Amino acid sequence: MVKVGKNFIINTNDVNFFYGSFRALTEITMGFEKNRVTALIGPSGCGKSTFLRLLNRMNDLIDGTRVEGEVLFEGKNIYATDVDPVEIRRRIGMVFQKPNPFPKSILNNVTFAPKLSGITKKSDLDSLVEQSLRQAVLWDEVKDILNRSAMTLSGGQQQRLCIARALAMKPDVILMDEPTSALDPISTAKIEELIDELKKRYTIIIVTHNMQQAARVSQKTAFFHLGTLVEYGDTREIFTNPREARTKDYITGRYG
Amino acid sequence: MKWRYFKQAVFFTVVRLSALVISLTLLGILAYIFFNGYRAITWDFLTLPPTDSMTRGWIMPAIVGTFYLTIGAISVALPLGIVSATYLSEYAKQGPFIRIIRIGVNCLAGVPSVVFGLFGLGFFVVFLKFGSSILAGSLTLGILILPTIIGASEEALKGVPQTFREASLALGVSKWQTIYRIVLPSALPGIMTGSILGIGRAAGETAPIMFTAAAFFTAILPKSIFDEVMALPYHIYVLATAGTYIEQTRPLQYGTVLVLVALVLGIDLIAIVIRSAMRRKKRW
Ligand SMILES: Nc1ncnc2c1ncn2[C@@H]1O[C@H](COP(=O)(O)OP(=O)(O)OP(=O)(O)O)[C@@H](O)[C@H]1O
Ligand SMILES: [Mg+2]
Repeated sequence: MVKVGKNFIINTNDVNFFYGSFRALTEITMGFEKNRVTALIGPSGCGKSTFLRLLNRMNDLIDGTRVEGEVLFEGKNIYATDVDPVEIRRRIGMVFQKPNPFPKSILNNVTFAPKLSGITKKSDLDSLVEQSLRQAVLWDEVKDILNRSAMTLSGGQQQRLCIARALAMKPDVILMDEPTSALDPISTAKIEELIDELKKRYTIIIVTHNMQQAARVSQKTAFFHLGTLVEYGDTREIFTNPREARTKDYITGRYG
Repeated sequence: MKWRYFKQAVFFTVVRLSALVISLTLLGILAYIFFNGYRAITWDFLTLPPTDSMTRGWIMPAIVGTFYLTIGAISVALPLGIVSATYLSEYAKQGPFIRIIRIGVNCLAGVPSVVFGLFGLGFFVVFLKFGSSILAGSLTLGILILPTIIGASEEALKGVPQTFREASLALGVSKWQTIYRIVLPSALPGIMTGSILGIGRAAGETAPIMFTAAAFFTAILPKSIFDEVMALPYHIYVLATAGTYIEQTRPLQYGTVLVLVALVLGIDLIAIVIRSAMRRKKRW
């Protein structure tokens, strides 16, 4: 049952999730491969965000929620009592649907968390900033205005800054919840290229409503429906030759 | 059709009239105080102590006393209020217990100020043996404005977007660091505004300091926090009711009132300026 293969970085085993008495996820068992992009797709309200937030314990912040089953990160259950969620979130970063930079300068947005985690040397921080912003393909646009407020950037730039901010913590996994849904096509294209580049070093799990996007950026795709995992496999397989009728209906747009 | 417009017209007229009455009352009071009081205001009046059984009274010690009491009150109430509000809105699990505490805080805000005065007398002055002093008075005023500051701080904390907290926590920053580095700084403008309004209240109250800090008369300035002080609100009370020459001191009473009102309005004005400046700066 538990298949912690060499190339799986996260595995979920029979995971159920409850908001109070409402069961949002039912018996999800799946594994995420290292250095791959996995797309989570499915109709609105099927539990994609819930599942994503469960992988780095962000759902802990919501009162009255409950998890059953186990979520293994590198073989260790992140819901075990001796696990510090703060440590988990350091290693599993997250990018949100709406860009949410801090009301600080561009520089301080990137250095905020690394500083608190103990990096204090100015030269270390400076190189970390450049490296993170370069990885997020934002460096050339902001290198001369690092001290300007992040709030003055465009939406697409803000989102790339949020990605840079997550990268600066050097996580192993990056969770992205519809990272381009608030952006124009050009910014979207930039972020898609970026994701492709990032998978060399990171494992990426992305929720998206955009079928073309899922097909373009991911190697694995999981289709969710009503809180269950309906189908999971290679992206090419899912999009060209889905096994389940529900999957086919959804990706061809026949689903409501 | 016409009837509806008529009703609307009547309604608007009533609303406008009420606004007018309120503004006129306020303006009337201010004008009355100003025209009765401005002749008393001289440089000596503001910078020298009272003399001749207060008939040629000047009010410098009272201004200084009110200043100390207010600073004292705010240094007690601000840290305590911010910490309480942070606990209530960021840490505590919302439930019956927290609801009871909130109701308690709100009730505290409604308690008549003389009750605070008596509490201060019983607890700080007598039980803790602070005597009638700046310390006892500041603590009493501090408790008096605590609910205002807790309320304002909670409101300000609630105004900080949840996305800021999520962004920080998702980076693996601990809850305490998130609150200390992200949430509290974002809430600060709101907290400050509420607190400055609290300062205005502390500066203007008579009853809480009557038994805990205020002296009838001192020519010298306080040397330590265990000294009694004169204070503007209490000085007005003394001049108007307890002095030997109440009629002769009438202009001085108005002068003192004018100074106090100017002080409180000035503080409120600062609050308004800070708030609008900070509002313009923040963009979420
Ligand atoms: N905080 C919450 N409290 C209670 N129920 C919730 C909460 N958040 C989500 N739900 C419910 O859980 C279910 C799954 O929600 P979720 O946000 O995970 O869906 P989603 O697949 O991300 O949808 P979308 O594509 O619209 O973002 C929905 O039925 C939703 O109503
Ligand atoms: Mg969602």
